[in-house]
Amino acid sequence: MERITPLLWLLFSAGGTVAALLFPVHLLLTGLAFPTGWLEAPSHGSLHRLMTHPVVGVYLFVLISLPLFHWAHRFRYTLYDGLQLTHLTALIAVLCYGAALLGTAMTAYLLWSIR
Amino acid sequence: MSAEPHYTLYHPRWYRRRVSVWWWLRKWSYAGFVLRELTSVFVAFFAVVFLWQLWAVAQGPEAYTQFLARLKTPLFFVLDTVAFLFVLFHAVTWFNLTPKAMVVRLRGTRVPDAVIIGLNYAAWLVLSGAVAFVLLRA
Amino acid sequence: MPSSLALTVARYRPERESEPSFQTYEIPFRKDWVVLDALNYVKDSLDGSLSFRWSCRMGVCGSCGMKVNGTPKLTCATFLADYAPGPVRVEPLDYFPVVRDLVVDLTDFVRKLKHVKPWIIRDEEKPPSEGEYLQTPEQLDTYKQFSMCINCMLCYSACPIYGLEPGFIGPAAVALAQRYNMDSRDQGAGERLKILSAHDGLWQCTFVGECTKVCPKHVDPAGAIQQYKLTAATHWIKSLLLPWGTR
Repeated sequence: MERITPLLWLLFSAGGTVAALLFPVHLLLTGLAFPTGWLEAPSHGSLHRLMTHPVVGVYLFVLISLPLFHWAHRFRYTLYDGLQLTHLTALIAVLCYGAALLGTAMTAYLLWSIR
Repeated sequence: MSAEPHYTLYHPRWYRRRVSVWWWLRKWSYAGFVLRELTSVFVAFFAVVFLWQLWAVAQGPEAYTQFLARLKTPLFFVLDTVAFLFVLFHAVTWFNLTPKAMVVRLRGTRVPDAVIIGLNYAAWLVLSGAVAFVLLRA
Repeated sequence: MPSSLALTVARYRPERESEPSFQTYEIPFRKDWVVLDALNYVKDSLDGSLSFRWSCRMGVCGSCGMKVNGTPKLTCATFLADYAPGPVRVEPLDYFPVVRDLVVDLTDFVRKLKHVKPWIIRDEEKPPSEGEYLQTPEQLDTYKQFSMCINCMLCYSACPIYGLEPGFIGPAAVALAQRYNMDSRDQGAGERLKILSAHDGLWQCTFVGECTKVCPKHVDPAGAIQQYKLTAATHWIKSLLLPWGTR
């Protein structure tokens, strides 16, 4: 586990940067402005067209996968330190990074199937 | 540890206090730290919402319309608003802490923290603008 | 300005109690007094049994670290006037075993400082006949901040991770390691990498940042740790991509 700790920290940092730079605008638009109609949501057709573009595909993969790893790493330490669950450390790590891997796999699958 | 005081000559019994599970409530800065760490939950929440959108678009126009309709419900609107605030909190704390990890030296002197933070906010504005431009023009 | 102040001090006398207790003393209030002056007044005039450490009384030796109203501070640099009208609560530093009253055991801290090999490590020493190692002011500047540590342990007392994980190597030890890693005369970064990346190394740090907040010498140990995380991660990538080239 400690051999890959630097990798996990890099994923955490990259994910945190992606989330910090890009999530506010995406959340504002996709989460609040588009559903309420405050701003016009893109049509299904144009969104589909966008998402099939290879560069956008890479962008979406990074946008979803890295922040999931950011959450996994941070949440794992929050549970470990905050609730002092030291005896469950291995289980927490497996669940958190496992969930991030699952999300990453699902993203890759969907992006592949959509093209 | 027995309740009776115990003292061996030349070897006093040290007192070790156990750290309470509520340690993070003892100081405002600790509580702020935990709140900052919990922003990751809302980051994950939105990553999942985005994954959901990807799935909906992959399924077809009806699924996409249903996705938008679901996000309009009061439950999701409230969740999204709270998530948005937490993600903003994440972004602000993240940018403010970046210069601590990345020390840039130009010609021998260290670039001031404020410059690094400023560059982060500038990048934030530029990227947000670009994303908004792409999504609103689509 | 009040003429006197209540000083509530943690007491622990293992020969007669199994738990710490508090004792309150009424001390005269002088606006130029620091908490250390108040403690010395108590010991001189009110209760000679009070035990605490102090030495230089001017903020350079690191002996007088204690918690004042819940925050780790150097008692020689903490003015009573900032806490008037009081009461002022003085307790031993958190997360260290209490030996007696305000005195804590330093063994773990000292062991960790030694553990990071805080000395110049060179592959080959230059013989004295070849002269000194030269260092420019810019080279000094890269590590000078980390050399200001007075080993007062306030950062360990502020770090919740150290409290939860006694194996955590801690802020001052990493700042000290960085002081040597970034010294242009030192060639021991590789050795220290192994030590700091170990299980009880620095990776348990979650950047709470309290250590930097309480440091009286502006060493910024939190910054040292985050910088080192980046260094270690970069090194890890390099060792992955170029397994033969790294030290």
